[in-house]
Amino acid sequence: MKGTYLGEFEEVVLLAVAIRTGDAYGAAVVNEIEQQLDRSVNLGAVHTALHRLEEKGLVKSEMGGATGERGGRSKRLYLVTALGRRALEEIRQLRNQMWDNIPKIAWS
Amino acid sequence: MNRSKPKHEMPPRWATLLLKSVCPARLANELEGDLHELFEQRVKTLGLRRARWRYIKDVSSLMRPSLMKSKPSQYPNPSHTDMLQNYIKIAFRNLVKNRTYSAINIVGLSVGMTTAILIGLWMWDELSFNKYHQHYDRIARVMQHQTYNGNTSTTPATPLPMRAALQNEHAAEFTHMASSSRTEDHILAVGDKKISRKGNWVEPDFPTMMSLRIVKGTAAGLDNPTSALLSESVAEALFGDQDPINQTMKVDNKNYFKVTGIYEDLPNNTEFKDVSFLLPWKYFLQEKPWVKRSENNWGNNSFLLLVQLAPNTGFDQVSAKIEKIKARHAKEEARFDPKAFLHPMNRWHLYSEWENGVPVRGRIQFVWLFGIIGAFVLLLACINFMNLSTARSQKRAKEVGVRKAVGSLRSQLIAQFYTESILVAVFAFLLALILVQLFLPWFNQVADKQIAFPWTDGRSWLFGLGFTLVTGLLAGSYPALYLSAFRPVKVLKAAGSSLRLQAGRYATLPRQTLVIVQFTVSITLVIGTLVVLRQIQYAKDRPVGFDRAGLLSVAMNTPDLRKDSDALARDLFQTGAVVNMTKSSSPTSEVWSRDASFNWEGKDPNQLGDLGTVGITHEYGQTVNWHIKQGRDFSKEYATDSLGMVLNESAVKFMGLKEPVGARVQWNGEKYTVVGVIGDVVTGSPFMPIEPTVFMLREDWASFIHIRLNAAVSTRDAIAKLETVFKKHNPGSPFEYKFASDEYDYKFRAEERIGQLSSTFASLAIIISCLGLFGLASFLAEQRQKEIGIRKVLGASVAHLWQMLSRDFLVLVLISCVVAAPIAYYLMHDWLEQYSYRTALSWWIFAAAILGALVITLLTVSYQAIKSALLNPVKSLHNE
Repeated sequence: MKGTYLGEFEEVVLLAVAIRTGDAYGAAVVNEIEQQLDRSVNLGAVHTALHRLEEKGLVKSEMGGATGERGGRSKRLYLVTALGRRALEEIRQLRNQMWDNIPKIAWS
Repeated sequence: MNRSKPKHEMPPRWATLLLKSVCPARLANELEGDLHELFEQRVKTLGLRRARWRYIKDVSSLMRPSLMKSKPSQYPNPSHTDMLQNYIKIAFRNLVKNRTYSAINIVGLSVGMTTAILIGLWMWDELSFNKYHQHYDRIARVMQHQTYNGNTSTTPATPLPMRAALQNEHAAEFTHMASSSRTEDHILAVGDKKISRKGNWVEPDFPTMMSLRIVKGTAAGLDNPTSALLSESVAEALFGDQDPINQTMKVDNKNYFKVTGIYEDLPNNTEFKDVSFLLPWKYFLQEKPWVKRSENNWGNNSFLLLVQLAPNTGFDQVSAKIEKIKARHAKEEARFDPKAFLHPMNRWHLYSEWENGVPVRGRIQFVWLFGIIGAFVLLLACINFMNLSTARSQKRAKEVGVRKAVGSLRSQLIAQFYTESILVAVFAFLLALILVQLFLPWFNQVADKQIAFPWTDGRSWLFGLGFTLVTGLLAGSYPALYLSAFRPVKVLKAAGSSLRLQAGRYATLPRQTLVIVQFTVSITLVIGTLVVLRQIQYAKDRPVGFDRAGLLSVAMNTPDLRKDSDALARDLFQTGAVVNMTKSSSPTSEVWSRDASFNWEGKDPNQLGDLGTVGITHEYGQTVNWHIKQGRDFSKEYATDSLGMVLNESAVKFMGLKEPVGARVQWNGEKYTVVGVIGDVVTGSPFMPIEPTVFMLREDWASFIHIRLNAAVSTRDAIAKLETVFKKHNPGSPFEYKFASDEYDYKFRAEERIGQLSSTFASLAIIISCLGLFGLASFLAEQRQKEIGIRKVLGASVAHLWQMLSRDFLVLVLISCVVAAPIAYYLMHDWLEQYSYRTALSWWIFAAAILGALVITLLTVSYQAIKSALLNPVKSLHNE
């Protein structure tokens, strides 16, 4: 399982890619995370995470067409793979399972 | 910049440039896009300053190695290892496409490599001689220079008192000392088993000094005068599977020795390789009267003296101290100016020749000579490769042009060509390994070696691989550097013919030079070989002075043979296989002893009466069939002959006798009369002058029986008959005999070995050179096919075309001849100098070699020339 272990930041990036499905490229992912988490993120960190996710096979990428807003530069579009989706679901299930196991008295 | 364009805010330019300089091109586009997009957004939301600040932070966060080096996905950026596969594939295709050239290249190179490997193995064996002994760098033998009649001779034989003197006066310089006898044949017997082997009488320190590896028993046994050490092979031959330790064996049918130790056989590349058993020195001293007598005799130089140096001294230091030891102790020997010195073991094999007391080139010259020849033969093969590749370069010029136009770098083209040449070298190396394996037995026999290819030694593989790589690089360097330098525009625009024009006449110059080098080397080798063979033949044709056919000798190795010689003679004659029989103290073509105390009338008082001495019986002259020049042979009719002498012609010349017959000679307190003079009999080396020798009737010195076989009886029958007789009279030893002709032929072994090796190398050189010439000729003929076609259409005859195509090569070979002849003359003149009986360097040897080279060249080139001259011009002209 070591190969598919997801770090916290990687999980966030993967979720952001899922949210922006169809338009998930570096800058978009940065924007998404900054909006959702309300914290500033470095582009380098995002790209590193995206590369690592791609190496793990959790996302795949392809070059998108050039657009005017970027000075005519093309974007690399990321897409969550089936494996990536399963990884996210597993994490969520694990969290839920743990939540369910918290005894009520813990909150008193 | 920002101020001049306030409405359109820009990110910091230097950060963008920094990113571009570090980032791989394929990533730059998308990263810049992201950066730019975020910057634009942030200018709006955060303001220009914060946006620029974030921009810089983002750029620096992108500068991480994991991002910058990550794998390409879109644009391939092949590394050198990726291209290797392609290089090998293309190289293979090229090899298969040009089968003839590839075959010529691979075969030529592998022959060159085989030669180089064999010579390399041989050199290694020579250079590692005696290294089997652990202390080989501390051991020396004591040698002496002595001067007789103005000639200084150098010998490892020392007198016995030398050892005692060194022990008494210089004990501190040595850790060990061991005297040894010479290596001689002895008969070893256990029960019915009798074998004849070579061995030495040695002092107890010998096994320790030589670091003999004891397999069984102990090395200490030699302290005891009745113990012996055997080598493993002798132990096995004598005792088979039995445990040899503490068994008794009989030596020379006389003395019994107990085996106390077995040592590992000494390998072939050691000085003492023939020594297969060791007998105790003490016994030698006690039981052999002549040895006992020599104990205080400084005049009898008959023993080896080995020493091991103490750690704090050097050979030269000790040599200087012991130089005068003999002159000091023995006043009567001082007139020979004896000088003792140490000869270190690591120089025994390769540096053991002196001339007039000065070291001269020894065997090391052969190591150098063959090393140079090997390097040259390899060079010839490499030259072939270069020449064929450059000649074909015009064909591949277009390929280079296209590759460059498509985007190949020069370095990639160089790599491509090197791959090709290294691939050929690897193939050639594999083939060479097979050839080495095939030819090693033959080579060992010719070179008298027991070399095995070190298959299991990692170093040899490393060496072989490095060697292949170097050969590949060497052979491929010229084409790789030459071809890759072509300008794509020129080669693509130019047609084949104009390309040739562009290349100009100088393009062929290096190629021609290489051909000249090749043939110069080959012709020099051929001339050298012819001279060596001629010299051997010349010495073989030398009048021998006696009749070798059907003459054999038996060593008188046990006392049994001396007991009743009349009975032995009677039995031998009775077989009918023997015509004549005699005894002597030396083999027929050797003189084993000499004495310096002869005196005669008219002798110059300063001259030393130094003559070879041979003791014979009355029948000797008839048996060996020597030629009486003056006077008569010994005869039983003259009782005075017991004080008679027969001289050889060299002795007459040496003594300066005008009237040799009847001359008086004093020796050993007796007055002898010369009764006859015989024609010189070749003794010792057939390349050297004949030793002045006197023959005397001394049956008591005899150590050989010579027998002239009856020519009417077949040799095999005769030997069988002799064997029964000898078995009867000499029951203690196996019947062993030597034919005089074999013994005589043995003298030519060293020279014949050189002759055989140099003929092999010379033929290889010629074959390789011709192989290259063949390839070159066929290529050039192919290239000029159209020209030949047009010439034929215009009326040129086949003879004319043949002449045109061959002339260029003949000129090259002629130039090589002109260069090779003086080189060969100089080298071979030098070589012949070492023989005093030598052939002249006659002009016909050079003429024959040059003529041969021209004929072979013509044959090689003509095949291609005539083939293309005979081609129907329609065929060569119909396309285009």
